[in-house]
Amino acid sequence: MRIVKLKQDRLNSFLEAVSTDSELWGPVKKGADKHRFKIVDNPAEFDLDYTRTILPPKKIFLPPRFNMFKAMPTAYEEETMDPTKKILFGVHPCDIHGILIMDQFYTQTYNDPYYIRSRENTIILGHSCWPDEHCLCHSTGTDVANEGYDLFFTALNDEYLVWIGSSKGDDLVRIVPELFNEDLSDRDIQNYIRWREDRSKAFKAEINFKAMPDFMELKYRDAVWENLSHACLACGSCSNVCPTCTCYNVNDKPRLSENASDIARCWDACTLESYSEVAGGENFRESRSERLKLYYTHKLQAFISKYGKPACVGCGRCAATCPVGINVKTVAGALDGEEVDAFWSRYATEVTK
Amino acid sequence: MNGTEKIINQVNPYKPEPARIVRAYDLTDDVRFFQVRFADMDLALSFKYEAGQFAMISVLGAGEAPFSISSTPSRPGLLEFCIRKTGVVTDAIFRLKENDFIGVRGPYGTGFPIEMMKGRDILFVMGGLGAAPLRSVLLYCLDDRDHFGRISVLHGAKRPAEMIFRDEFLHLKKRSDLDCYLSVDKDDTGEWTENTGVVTTLFPKVKTIVPENTAAVVCGPPIMYKFVINELIKLNIPKDQILMTLERRMKCGVGKCGHCAIDYIYTCIDGPVFTYWDVLHMRELI
Ligand SMILES: Cc1cc2nc3c(=O)[nH]c(=O)nc-3n(C[C@H](O)[C@H](O)[C@H](O)COP(=O)(O)OP(=O)(O)OC[C@H]3O[C@@H](n4cnc5c(N)ncnc54)[C@H](O)[C@@H]3O)c2cc1C
Ligand code: SF4
Ligand code: SF4
Ligand code: FES
Repeated sequence: MRIVKLKQDRLNSFLEAVSTDSELWGPVKKGADKHRFKIVDNPAEFDLDYTRTILPPKKIFLPPRFNMFKAMPTAYEEETMDPTKKILFGVHPCDIHGILIMDQFYTQTYNDPYYIRSRENTIILGHSCWPDEHCLCHSTGTDVANEGYDLFFTALNDEYLVWIGSSKGDDLVRIVPELFNEDLSDRDIQNYIRWREDRSKAFKAEINFKAMPDFMELKYRDAVWENLSHACLACGSCSNVCPTCTCYNVNDKPRLSENASDIARCWDACTLESYSEVAGGENFRESRSERLKLYYTHKLQAFISKYGKPACVGCGRCAATCPVGINVKTVAGALDGEEVDAFWSRYATEVTK
Repeated sequence: MNGTEKIINQVNPYKPEPARIVRAYDLTDDVRFFQVRFADMDLALSFKYEAGQFAMISVLGAGEAPFSISSTPSRPGLLEFCIRKTGVVTDAIFRLKENDFIGVRGPYGTGFPIEMMKGRDILFVMGGLGAAPLRSVLLYCLDDRDHFGRISVLHGAKRPAEMIFRDEFLHLKKRSDLDCYLSVDKDDTGEWTENTGVVTTLFPKVKTIVPENTAAVVCGPPIMYKFVINELIKLNIPKDQILMTLERRMKCGVGKCGHCAIDYIYTCIDGPVFTYWDVLHMRELI
């Protein structure tokens, strides 16, 4: 892969130059300490000193709600997705891996044309990051991205090492070649290696993902699931924020003015009570524990068994989001037999006492 | 983007195709038979499916739901469904008349493993609406009769008026190349000349079974499975030769919406036809 250098104070000139005919998305501060991916007019609005956004980039490819068709009495008209080209800047390795998992999911067996179209219209510019206490990407093997981006910016001192990951990325660099420096010195390489080593040591949270498929199988009826379910609010937040959660629902919304409907697709979550309900009010997963088991079967077992990697990219959003401390770390810890210091486990011991 | 598996459908797999209801009549109080034909003539003739597959049917203003295809692929041109009225979508389908339009997309899911079934004796056991998917594979076997061994059919309903395709099955009884046994839990007409009792009371009537050469095909309400599977196990039919279909909530039919998941399995693309052996290993069902 070709690697070039860019002075950090030239980043905004670069982003401006390449986004003249595209929407420019990236991390922007929200409130005191949160971030979200947002369209900006000016790259100066970006705040690159962030760990994770509230929602992962999936919201840009498949918004929480959009129309798939206009249904009419004898015809179905496909809604064309927003055709604007997008540049998504500042994506961390875990989220790039999340996008790779979605790429695979939405093109396997059947294509999802809505995802594919907006994905193909989006350029991914990755950015390096530093872990906090929730980041698990070292355990999931997603702390570094070797594919899935067009350019990747690693910040070192006052410069960026820029990995050119695709032909599209190369085109962007060639729009303003004068901003880049081709000469990578031995020192740059040494700096990078040291930075990687330091970063590897900075991870505080680890999970033994390799053991999880076994543990999920052995502990499928363990009391831990009941304990979790007492605390779970069935709010669905853990699904909304997870980069690998893709479930959705479909609704037929009749139009008022004509004999037609909008067929709307919206995010759904397996932790919600209505998820597995069928006719006559029968529900295949009435209890919260059954629904949590489904969520964690997906994250910790099914994907590992099928594809050799977990359906968790270690972004830590579930940990930062769940109001009662149910997240991939505490659940895996409990399955691993650890004493877990989370609200749900304290709640469980108090309730069962 | 690097897709990893074979992509089946290049066009929009979510897009329904308009289809005309060409015939609709009641099978029972709350189950109606629908014969439909795609408005697009080429599609009507080229639509390929396997016995046991299902389609998503949509009704304008109400939504979409999965239904087994009841017709046999050996008779192309028209698709047949039997639909029970139970909620929003099915109520709306019942309001439609002949010559009205619905949307149909599919076919989806795994069909019955016809190649495995060929050369074997086939034992069909169906109850209630279970006849909807099993009629497809039964008609398929009858249209290709020489390729299958002895065919036995056990069909049960609560009352004579609730037996789906009652006349069709009574007619089948006249054929000498299959053994068709019908039963109702209770006869409230005084005119029922067939067996009375739950469907398992028909088992003693079945002629000799060579278990290792038999494929059992079962579909019915959840409660029926338990008792029928017991009988089949008693007959020593291997667990992976007992075929059944599972029902789950389905929103897409193509492995994307997640609603039909059982453990790792997506009922819509990995099923709905499973062997009893497969089902035994689904933790959520045990
Ligand atoms: C593979 C398969 C084959 C089927 N074949 C037939 C058939 O041949 N004939 C027939 O009458 N019915 C069949 N069903 C069941 C049929 O899909 C439901 O009766 C139908 O979805 C009810 O929808 P509704 O809107 O009328 O009910 P509502 O209760 O208003 O529906 C609420 C929601 O639950 C879903 N839902 C409700 N019941 C079921 C169910 N049993 N299975 C899956 N999703 C459900 C609906 O999609 C909807 O989203 C089949 C289901 C599956 C999965
Ligand atoms: S696990 Fe937490 S975030 Fe997920 S549904 Fe339960 S309470 Fe909400
Ligand atoms: S399970 Fe949690 S840490 Fe893993 S990818 Fe989903 S939100 Fe991120
Ligand atoms: S019905 Fe959508 S995943 Fe199976």
